[in-house]
Amino acid sequence: MLTSLASLTLSDCISLMAKRLTIALALAMLPLTVAMAETVGVGSKNFPESYLLAEIAAQWLEADGHRVERRFGFGGTQLVYGALTGGDVDIYPEYSGTITRTILNDPSIDGNESKLTSELDKRRLAFIGRLGFNNTYAVAVRRQQAAERGWRDISDLDGAGGIELAFSHEFMQRDDGWPGLAARYGLTQIARGIEHGLAYRALANGDIDGTDAYSTDGDIERFDLLLLGDSANYFPRYDAGWLIRDDLPEAIRQRLGELAGTLSDDTMRALNARVVVDGLSFPAAASEFLASRGVSNTNTAGDSTAIVLGPLIVRHIQLTLVAIVAATIAGFALALAVHRSARWSGIALYIAGLIQTVPSIALLALMIPLLGIGFIPALTALFLYALLPVLRATLTALGAIAPVYRRVAAAMGMSARQEFVHVLLPLALPHALAGIRTASIICIGTATLAAFIGAGGLGEPIVTGLALSDTRMILSGAIPAAILAMGTDLGFDLLERRIIAPHMRVGR
Amino acid sequence: MVDEPPSKLEFTAVRKQLGQRTVLDNLSLVVPAWGGMALVGESGSGKSTLLSLALGLLEPDAGHVTVFGERLSAASARALRQRIGYALQETGLFPHLSVLDNLTLQGRLLGNDADELTSRALLLAEQMHLDSEMLNRYPVELSGGQQQRAGICRAMMLAPELLLLDEPFSGLDVVTRSDIYDHFIALANDRQCSFLLVTHDLNEARRLCATVAVLRDGEIVDHGPTERVINDPQHAYVARLVDAQRLHIAHG
Repeated sequence: MLTSLASLTLSDCISLMAKRLTIALALAMLPLTVAMAETVGVGSKNFPESYLLAEIAAQWLEADGHRVERRFGFGGTQLVYGALTGGDVDIYPEYSGTITRTILNDPSIDGNESKLTSELDKRRLAFIGRLGFNNTYAVAVRRQQAAERGWRDISDLDGAGGIELAFSHEFMQRDDGWPGLAARYGLTQIARGIEHGLAYRALANGDIDGTDAYSTDGDIERFDLLLLGDSANYFPRYDAGWLIRDDLPEAIRQRLGELAGTLSDDTMRALNARVVVDGLSFPAAASEFLASRGVSNTNTAGDSTAIVLGPLIVRHIQLTLVAIVAATIAGFALALAVHRSARWSGIALYIAGLIQTVPSIALLALMIPLLGIGFIPALTALFLYALLPVLRATLTALGAIAPVYRRVAAAMGMSARQEFVHVLLPLALPHALAGIRTASIICIGTATLAAFIGAGGLGEPIVTGLALSDTRMILSGAIPAAILAMGTDLGFDLLERRIIAPHMRVGR
Repeated sequence: MVDEPPSKLEFTAVRKQLGQRTVLDNLSLVVPAWGGMALVGESGSGKSTLLSLALGLLEPDAGHVTVFGERLSAASARALRQRIGYALQETGLFPHLSVLDNLTLQGRLLGNDADELTSRALLLAEQMHLDSEMLNRYPVELSGGQQQRAGICRAMMLAPELLLLDEPFSGLDVVTRSDIYDHFIALANDRQCSFLLVTHDLNEARRLCATVAVLRDGEIVDHGPTERVINDPQHAYVARLVDAQRLHIAHG
C-alpha cells in the first residue's frame, strides 16, 4: 500500500515531464532543421577579427544570392570546431597555425600543405581561400613601458623583474602558447590566465604588463600598445582562410576562393581598427571592405552596433523558463522516488552536486559532441544546473514532513495521488519554492553563457561586447539580465505571499 | 434472546514483529459492537502497533484483523479506513489548511456536499466547545487543547461507526474535559459507535468505556468490565496505575 505512493506519483510526474520536454524539443528543433536545410551556416569565434571575417563571408555569399545563417561568437576553437564537424556551421574563419596545433594537434604539419590537406580530408573538412594576412600571436606591452625599459623583443623580457604577465586562457593552454614561449625564451615569470576581452584594458590600465595579442588586432593602436618582436621565430604562421565542411557546394567554395589574397596584414589591422577604435558595426565594416570588391552595401543588415534587445530577452526567458520547468518536474519526481531511502537520496544528491561542480562553460562545451550547438544543448546544461537546488530543497522538504501527517492521510483513506496533492505537495511547497527560486536565479545568470554555444539570449551582447572591449554593449546585455534576475526574485516573493500562508513560509 | 450485534473490530491470533522485536504475540481481542473499550498499557506495550494494524497501516505477520466483518487486506484497507474515525494526541492537523478545511478534507475527497460538511463542522465544533471563529484559523493559531478538540471533531466528521482514539483527550483541562466527555459519549451513542481508546487515565476509562483491556509485552494480560479491572486488578501494572491515580479512594 505504502510503496505504491512513490511509484504512482513518479510515473505521473515523468509522463508530464516527458510531454513538456517533447514540446520544448519540437519547438526548438523546428527553426533549426528548417534553416539548416537550405542555408549556409557561417560561424565565428568571439574576437573581433573572427566576427569581421565571418561577416565578410556572410555578405559576400549573400551578394551572390546565397542564404546565410550567422552563428557568431563561439567561445573558443573547440566550440566552433565542434559546431563545424557537427554540421551546425558550414564555414568559419580559421588560421593555419590553429588548425595544425589546436585542431590536428601536430605542429609538424606547419608549412606542409599536402599533409594539411590530407589530414583535413580525413575529417571531411578543407581549408580554402587564404586571405593573405598572417595573424600570428605576439606579445603586447605598453608602448611607454617598453620605451622606459628598453623592450623591443620578447627576449628582452628575460630576467625582467616586477612585471605581471597575463595571457588568454586559450593561450595558456595551447602548445604554441605560453609554456612553449617561456621555454624558448627562458622566461621565468609566472603568468596567469585572463579573459582575452579584458586583457588589453587591464594592460592599458597597468594592472598587467604583458599579454598575448593577435598581430592584426585593431586594439593595438587603440590602447597604444607595442608588439614585441619574435626573434626566435617561436610563433608559427597563422594564415587566415576558411575552414569548411567538404560537403559545401562547389559554387560557395568558388565564391569564397575569390576573396583569396585580398587582405594584407595592414588592411586587416586597419579594418579591425574601424570596428574596435572607430566603433563601426561588424556589418558596416564588412560592407565597407566589400564595397572595394564591387559589392554594394544595400543588402547589409543593421548599420550600427545597436542591439535589438527584444528577441534576446525573449530567448533568454525561453531558455531559463523551459529549463526551470523541466528541472522542477524532474527534481520533484526524483525526490519523490528516492526520499524514503537515505542511501538513494544521498546518491541522487551526490550526482546532482557533482554535475554542479563542473564549471558552467565546461558543461556547455561538453554538450556540443552530444547535442550540437544552439538551444537544446544550452537548455540541457541549464536543466542539469537547476536540478540540484530543486532536488535538494525538495528532498529536505519531504524529509522534514512529520510522519504523523502521512499517518493521518493514510488513516483517512487517501489514495497515493490524494496524499501527494493534499498533503505532501503543500507541505513541501515552501522549501521547494525556495529551491526553485534559487535555481531560477542561477539559470538566468548561467544562461548568459549560452551565447558561447550559439543559443542566443542576453549573453550575446555580453560576448560580443567582451570581444570588442565595448562596455556599453556588455552592459546592454548585463543590465537586462540583472533586471531579469531581480524581477524573477521579486516575482517569487509575490508568488510566495500569494500561495503560502505566513506561518508556512521559509525563514520566517 | 436477541443476537449480539457483530463486533466492528476483531483481532484474531495476531502476531507482529518489528525488526527483531516481537511487538504483538498471538493476540486476540474483540472490541464490543457498541460503546468503548479502553486499551491500557505501558509505553512500548504494543498499543500503537495495534491501532496501526486496525487501520491497515501495518499488516500482521500472522493472524488477521476483521473490520466491519470484513477481513483487512492491502486491497480492502483503503475503503475500510474511510469508514473509521481516527484521532490522536498530537492531532496531526495539517498545518497548511485552516481548521475548517482540516475538518472537511476527508468528506470533500469522498465527494460529499461542501455546505453540509461545513454545517456539520460548525455543529461539532460547538459541541466540542470550539468557537466557530476558530474554524477559520490555522491549527498553529490554536492552543494545544483547542487543537485536540479540533482533532476529535475531525474524527467524528463523517459520523463513523468505529473510532480509533490514541489519547486524544490528554491535553484538555479538567473542566472542559468533563463536558467534552459528555458530548463525546452522546455523539458516539447517537451513531451506535464502537471505539477503542488508548489511554493512561483510568478515570477516563471508567467514564467512557465499559470494558478495559490491559496490554503488556504484546499480550493481553487482563480484560473485563472496567469496574472489575480497577477494583480487582489481575496484574501488578494495573494495580500500580490504580494506586498512582488513587481510584479506590476517589471511588469511596
